[in-house]
Amino acid sequence: MTDEAQDVIGDYRYGFHDPENSTIRFDQGLSEQVVRDISELKNEPEWMTDIRVKAYRHFVERVMPEWGNCDLLNKIDFESITYFLRSSNKTETSWDEVPDDIKNTFDRLGIPEAEQKWLGGVTAQYESEAVYHSIREDLEEQGVIFLDMDTGLKQFPEIIKKYFGTVIPHSDNKFSALNTAVWSGGSFLYIPKGISVEMPVQAYFRINAKNMGQFERTLIIADEGSSVHYVEGCTAPSYSTDSLHSAVVELIAMEGAKIRYSTVQNWSSNVYNLVTKRAVAHKNATIEWVDGNIGSKLTMKYPSVLLKGEGAHAEVISVAYAGEGQHQDTGAKVHHLASNTTSNIISKSISKKGGRSSYRGLLQVTPKSTGCRSKIVCDALILDDYSRSDTYPTMEIGNSTADLEHEASVSKVSSDQLFYLMSRGFTEDEAMGLIVNGFFEPFTRELPMEYALELNKLLELEMEGSIG
Amino acid sequence: MRVVAEEILRIENLHVTVEGTSILKGVNLTIHRGEIHAIMGRNGAGKSTLANVVMGHPAYVITEGSIFYRGQPLEELAVFERARAGMFLSFQYPAVIPGVQVGTFLKKAVTSVRDEAPKGRAFRKELTAAMEQLSMDKSFLSRYVNDGFSGGEKKRLEILQMLLLKPNLALLDETDSGLDIDALRIVAKGINEVAVDSACLIITHYQRLLDLVKPDYVHAMINGAIVQTGGPELALELEDRGYDWLDVTA
Repeated sequence: MTDEAQDVIGDYRYGFHDPENSTIRFDQGLSEQVVRDISELKNEPEWMTDIRVKAYRHFVERVMPEWGNCDLLNKIDFESITYFLRSSNKTETSWDEVPDDIKNTFDRLGIPEAEQKWLGGVTAQYESEAVYHSIREDLEEQGVIFLDMDTGLKQFPEIIKKYFGTVIPHSDNKFSALNTAVWSGGSFLYIPKGISVEMPVQAYFRINAKNMGQFERTLIIADEGSSVHYVEGCTAPSYSTDSLHSAVVELIAMEGAKIRYSTVQNWSSNVYNLVTKRAVAHKNATIEWVDGNIGSKLTMKYPSVLLKGEGAHAEVISVAYAGEGQHQDTGAKVHHLASNTTSNIISKSISKKGGRSSYRGLLQVTPKSTGCRSKIVCDALILDDYSRSDTYPTMEIGNSTADLEHEASVSKVSSDQLFYLMSRGFTEDEAMGLIVNGFFEPFTRELPMEYALELNKLLELEMEGSIG
Repeated sequence: MRVVAEEILRIENLHVTVEGTSILKGVNLTIHRGEIHAIMGRNGAGKSTLANVVMGHPAYVITEGSIFYRGQPLEELAVFERARAGMFLSFQYPAVIPGVQVGTFLKKAVTSVRDEAPKGRAFRKELTAAMEQLSMDKSFLSRYVNDGFSGGEKKRLEILQMLLLKPNLALLDETDSGLDIDALRIVAKGINEVAVDSACLIITHYQRLLDLVKPDYVHAMINGAIVQTGGPELALELEDRGYDWLDVTA
């Protein structure tokens, strides 16, 4: 590895943490009062407070999921988590006005640089709220709305009231209930009819404080015939105690619209990452989830698509890397609710040093949906003898005209591959890194180049000392 | 005055086993810079084992004897260090590396072996020239390493790597197998170019490559040992008479 790369990354590249200078911080623990306080502090309309309280009550009553990694789930101590932390008094639209300590963090993550080079808009969220926000003028002039969710609620309450929780109701699962109760930050993106946003818009989520819970809420609506690519990146410092990231992401693609949602999540290994992501695709609409999961202690995330309109299409490409002490429980769910809908699911996972990766997928074709097609490819690569990979596919096929393909493979790196690469001057670690990058290539080629390079570098680092 | 060429490879009394089975039983061979040696023999004689063990394949165990590369005992060098020191093996069956593009792979390999990243434009030029020489289309660069390659394509990629890595010692393990006559000519041209300034060990079943790449020495290998050494005429004789006349166990 080059010195440069070593310099930049260290053990966990984003493992640094800056002093916590919060202006408002809620004491640890959760109660109905905390939920009401968050809503009041944000000056929210009453209907939102009501939704929050209802969701909180559901969260309290709802039992923990009895599937996935129950041992780890039951270790979450909801009382020790901070549910709201405000680091900056307002969301800045000029980078210079962002408080210095926060600016430093994002500078180190390369955010302003990326914005200048290749983004249509940026939101940077630090702890609970957005600290910086910008969108290219030309997009704004075309009527594109890109705001952090809190500002979105203030400026466009009627749109949010109409769509909030329609794709993922608070009662969907325990963590969607929790998110609905205490959500803060996230993105609100609306693309008007017929508008194609060429450059990706990006949100960056950073947890800095200890024991922090981050509960961003994202809602993306692509109106008829429009298209957009939204990218999110996530990092957090390494603390000895656990943090919780529990987001809810709702996408709505109207007739003929296309939304691509790309994530490269690189949490440190003490973060619980329990995220609900779901999209609705209307007639001839396309939803693409490009979902990369590298860090975290436990990730449970299954990007879903409801193919509601005839001719709608879903594409889910996900990769997961489970290293020491990590469990990546990921997958995809696609519901073919209308005729002639199609879906393509590619899932790739790597387990190393005792890490565990699980694919959990659901494919549903309802009885009335004719002519549906779906292809699922699941590949697992296991790098040593004590790591683990499991697959839990579920298929509910109600219509006999469905055309389905399912391929699954579990492989190991062969000694012939290693010898071949080493005979070309690669060390064993470098050879492993190359093989791993190649394995994830169907995913990385879908990412914006900056993300792809970053991901490859990360994986190469993860391969260091992987042998013996 | 004649200057004696540098000794590149010296193999002394080499005995090798694979999973407990004895394959090489006392091989001796010395190759100098600028020399082309060919080893011929029947299937299972131990020819490929010799190439692989010199490169350091972990499945082969040296039970007796030594290998020296430019005077240094090879046991001190890991496989990647051998490559970086200028050793190259053209594989009989090159491994498939899915998802890794040929272009990326070549650049990384050249970077590790030369110990510095090649300059962008100069490298592209060098690469284009080498590919043209081997009649390889540019589209090769975006394909995955050996993934879905025909036998001939795999061999060309091996020779392309050899041209770029410019080894001191080139071990060519049945590079001619699976090639039609046109491809054989192209590959032979590449080998001849590298052979001028390196030590070359060609492992083959057939005479036909040796018509195009003239060996200085031809060795007949039987049952894990070199039993006869001669000039190019030995290859012709082996092609003509087979190996039985040399096989004392037959």
